[in-house]
Amino acid sequence: MPYIPVASHLPGITGLLEYRMDTAAPIRALTQFLLRGPNSLSEGERELIATIVSNGNECQFCTTAHAAAADVLLGNPAITNSVKNDHHQAPVSDKMKALLEIARLVRISGRAVTDTAIQAAKQAGATDLEIHDAVLIAALFCLYNRYVDGLATAMPDDPSYFNQLAERLVEHGYNRLPQGYDHLKK
Amino acid sequence: MPHITLPDSVPGIRSLVIYRPETGKYLYELVQILLRGESSLHAADRELIAAYVSYLNNCDFCYQSHAAAARCLYEEQQHLVDEVLKDLGSAPVSPKLKALLAIAGKVQKLGKEVKPEDIEKARTAGAGDRDIHDTVLIAATFCMFNRYVDGLATTTPEQLSDYIAMGERMSNIGYVLPNQTT
Repeated sequence: MPYIPVASHLPGITGLLEYRMDTAAPIRALTQFLLRGPNSLSEGERELIATIVSNGNECQFCTTAHAAAADVLLGNPAITNSVKNDHHQAPVSDKMKALLEIARLVRISGRAVTDTAIQAAKQAGATDLEIHDAVLIAALFCLYNRYVDGLATAMPDDPSYFNQLAERLVEHGYNRLPQGYDHLKK
Repeated sequence: MPHITLPDSVPGIRSLVIYRPETGKYLYELVQILLRGESSLHAADRELIAAYVSYLNNCDFCYQSHAAAARCLYEEQQHLVDEVLKDLGSAPVSPKLKALLAIAGKVQKLGKEVKPEDIEKARTAGAGDRDIHDTVLIAATFCMFNRYVDGLATTTPEQLSDYIAMGERMSNIGYVLPNQTT
């Protein structure tokens, strides 16, 4: 049971973002820009960064949600599975492997990011901006994962919730739905 | 040296938000609402939570600057900041703040580390839902900022006096995006 009263029809992060909407607004806007804004990394690649960090932080809700979004965007669930198991072996570009490695290190600690990891990304063609965005996305999910699990939010009862959520994340992104979330009430 | 080319006239988070103002504006908006906006927690206590988490994450820039801001906001009680950072268990803060700082310390490790008994302890000491919510979100937010600042190896001022000036600015005007020309 969540540690604070959140709407029971809104598992995971959604209930928290509705609980305090003034802080939710910049968090949503930041996420929308980072994961859906104009970028040389594809939306699917950026969702992979969210997935590897959430998986490392053992946040079941975020891992399932972002893996599902990445699966829709990339069209191949084998990619998220291999990224979760061993990103070095994943069927992604060398540049993405290097950025995923940076994300993995950011998750451990900002100080864990080595010159070697940065050089490897640059040699594989990563720009400063791509490295910046990979670090900030990884750091942002260290926020989300702690927010979601630190308040013990619920997992959805029905696993198909994540299919609908992935569809919403792909179709609408991270902005609050204009009509709110009452339609999710059963 | 930073991992990417950043403006070298300013340190830490300020160099990052000048580099990428599109994300910087939301980051500053979030921290301004969280640390200075409406809350059941005093701004000084919120700065202390930020400093404590940053200290546990070994992020010198964030820890020094938020400790300096907390000292300004606590005024004659500023000794509390260093006592908490030295040893939370023996620090002479209220049982409620101590329990909330303990929750922040758990969040710093991992979300899952926050246990029902940690929450119970805070509630027994008088913490309400909003106190608990805001503590967890501040702690989580600084787990982001600390990783952002150190993950890109931003520069850190070495002079303690630089942080005193920063703390004064943070306590007086809050979190305002740096002007690119300053």
